Amino acid sequence: MSVVIEQPRSPRNRKQANFEKYGWMYMRASGVVLVILIFGHLFTNLFLGEGIKAIDFAFVGGKWSDPFWQVWDLLMLWLALIHGTNGMRTIVNDYTSREGLRKALVIALWAICAALIVLGTLVVFTFDPCPAGSPANLLPSFCPAS
Amino acid sequence: MPSMPAGTLYRGKVGMWSWVLHRITGVAIFFFLLVHVLDTALVRLSPEAYNAVIGTYKTPIIGLAELGLVAAILYHALNGVRVILIDFWRKGVKYQNVMWWVVVIISAVLFLGFAPRHLSHVFGW
Repeated sequence: MSVVIEQPRSPRNRKQANFEKYGWMYMRASGVVLVILIFGHLFTNLFLGEGIKAIDFAFVGGKWSDPFWQVWDLLMLWLALIHGTNGMRTIVNDYTSREGLRKALVIALWAICAALIVLGTLVVFTFDPCPAGSPANLLPSFCPAS
Repeated sequence: MPSMPAGTLYRGKVGMWSWVLHRITGVAIFFFLLVHVLDTALVRLSPEAYNAVIGTYKTPIIGLAELGLVAAILYHALNGVRVILIDFWRKGVKYQNVMWWVVVIISAVLFLGFAPRHLSHVFGW
């Protein structure tokens, strides 16, 4: 990637500048929200109660039967993946010297981001906390089978 | 003898190292996030599959790695707030150095509040 230094007085390329500007703004806006979402996530899942010891299918099922935590986790999924992918894009832009490699890595990053957002969103909305035929002792206490 | 440059907001000293740490912790958190979305997606498959995989998170080695993850998240989150203050607060640049130490101290306090509790869960103390 060759570096082009523009003439100081040349008019700026508005389209390109805006994409990077919105990316810059997104990192800060999503960052503030993510601090709250992730600190809350760590506090409820790892600090309260039995922490990591208590996390199992029944724990997740119990949480996601409440729309509050569904929305919480969904927001975290979207905001964090886009924030992380854009951060990785910045790093790729900084450290790759071959343009083809840079493009390939950036495309791979956004493809992974999109795949995980689709996967996570589907899981949050199609998740069944009481799957038929599962052992009752693995299910949340509100399931008819348990 | 040429003397060392004094360092600026971006080069050398706190300005640079805070940025280096921000990158390293960011990359680490990103790769954990990829794994974490995949492991959580197993709840859609079966309770047995999810419990088997999440069981490995409760082992001593991964339990210790979780401490590192939480430390990385605390630093990245609080230093991110510092970056926002440098960008938007009128006195942000002036206080960037002291703000970094505030970030380190708050991170350390939160980490020390979390670590004993998490270790007791992992090791059954």
